Amino acid sequence: MSNKPASNPLEKRDAPKARPAPLPWRNWIGVIPFFIFAFLFIVLPSVTLLVGAFKDNTGKVTLSNFTGLLDPSILNAYWVTIRISLVTAIGGGLLGFLMAYAVTVGKLPTAVRSALMTFSGVASNFAGVPLAFAFIATLGRTGLVTVLLKDILGINLYDQGFSLYSFWGLSFTYMYFQFPLMVLVITPALDGLRKEWNEAAANLGATNATYWRKVALPILTPSILGSMILLFGNAFGAYATAYSLTGGFINLITIVIGSQIKGDIYYNPGLGYALAVGMIIVMSVMMAFYYMLRRRSERWLRQ
Amino acid sequence: MIAGFETVNTGTITLDSEDITQKSPNQRNVGMVFQSYALFPNLTIGQNIGFGLEVRKMDKADTEKRVREMLELVHLEKHIDKYPYQLSGGQQQRIALARALAIQPRVLLLDEPLSALDAKIRVELRLEIRRIQQTLGITTVYVTHDQEEALLLSDRVVVMSQGHIEQVGSPAAIYNYPATEFVAQFVGQLNLIPVTEVDLKKNTCKIGGQTVKFEPSPNRQISAEPRLAIRPEEVHIGTGEGRNALRGRVESVLFLGSVVRLRVNVDGALFSADFFNERRITLPRAGDEVIISFPEHSCWLV
Repeated sequence: MSNKPASNPLEKRDAPKARPAPLPWRNWIGVIPFFIFAFLFIVLPSVTLLVGAFKDNTGKVTLSNFTGLLDPSILNAYWVTIRISLVTAIGGGLLGFLMAYAVTVGKLPTAVRSALMTFSGVASNFAGVPLAFAFIATLGRTGLVTVLLKDILGINLYDQGFSLYSFWGLSFTYMYFQFPLMVLVITPALDGLRKEWNEAAANLGATNATYWRKVALPILTPSILGSMILLFGNAFGAYATAYSLTGGFINLITIVIGSQIKGDIYYNPGLGYALAVGMIIVMSVMMAFYYMLRRRSERWLRQ
Repeated sequence: MIAGFETVNTGTITLDSEDITQKSPNQRNVGMVFQSYALFPNLTIGQNIGFGLEVRKMDKADTEKRVREMLELVHLEKHIDKYPYQLSGGQQQRIALARALAIQPRVLLLDEPLSALDAKIRVELRLEIRRIQQTLGITTVYVTHDQEEALLLSDRVVVMSQGHIEQVGSPAAIYNYPATEFVAQFVGQLNLIPVTEVDLKKNTCKIGGQTVKFEPSPNRQISAEPRLAIRPEEVHIGTGEGRNALRGRVESVLFLGSVVRLRVNVDGALFSADFFNERRITLPRAGDEVIISFPEHSCWLV
């Protein structure tokens, strides 16, 4: 007598599946390039940075690079970078929000919306040397706008205390790519505000201001803050624009890292790596905040 | 327009003898329930219901009391601290109703409140809406495309087409005495059978070679291509005294659950006849010759 389990006759009667489920590994083929990219340009550099941060110039293990982060000039560089990132994130965030509001809730013509979105797509990626040159050509000491203001209106910006090569000048330049990024990120959130919420609030006796204070802004707050954190990160990692514009006159952390690695008189790659690790930590904290706020926003909007 | 979200081009809207045409939506004290619930997702159920009261700066204790009363009314007391996304569609719509009622509006507007819900919930909730409306005795304007819903819930039905009122009347009047062809076709099922040799003095016409007597309708215009209108449930199988009787052949028998529909060909004209289903129902089969009958007061000419 066979001890094989008897096959279930019903199983044989099952019709073959019209479309068999694909093998699990096939599902991953599409994302393999992403993982390779992430490994080569995120994981590998991060590990290299982390390892390098614990080595001195002779390759010996040391903590001196991290103690070097406490140097007043480096702490100042972090502080200036955080300040400029905060200023441009808040300024660009508010400006971008208002512009996105105007073309979504504000009901401006569709053509204006299309134009703004196209401009934002381009401008949010327009940074580095070309942007610095564009601003020097317009708002530099002999820039077009500076000269026009002086000749036509008799206003000399530089006599008034403005300088393109100062903290505020650099912040102003950053705003050129910061607010369009805000427009791009916040527009979908504004589109997600349902007309019925406004109508329901009005129907219950609320003014438009009350609706915004009690309903719309609380719903948008996670998205606004999340977008501003994104803007913060965008400014925090910027290098080429600041370097091209100020030539290292403003002590940003990215410029300090550059000077440590490039091999001039400050050459100390270990310290550069430690500085970069510090940046990764700051950015990771910011991204964690962004993720949490985003999750909260999505939970509210789930129907 | 009643809620104030659409601009009025002509005419006025009067509520409690007050002209509210130019009033902004937040000054009308009109409660509204939206098709998509429109609950505020960032507020809890209690805060949603209390929103209108808070706007009116009602005392906190009174607000809480009213919120609890409203939750009791819609039988959702336990959900006061939940967020809208934690409730089902039917529950959300009940909360929307409670929120609209909490402000004690002068009139309640319901804009297709059940269309986003599945059939079973819809049937349950419409009875619930009727119960609440009857309990509070509040004037309610209910917009729906569902004829059954309109007939079941209303004391007075307004049938509209292309922005114009076609007929105003009780549900029974709308169904049994439709004023226009649109109303007759829109509300319920209707046979519209082309007829010939119309005699308006004798109130007779012909379908093929067979004569039919119909009820006169003096105020109704009869079109150039007259048709006999009759509801499917008025058509019976077999003859009867004083009834129009027509010979025909069964084309199909359609089983619809509680109703069985026979399609009977009478000299080229197709009649639908509805019968309540029973377990032991015996009906003719497709191809059988039958006589269908209906009283003259059940049909009219359009």
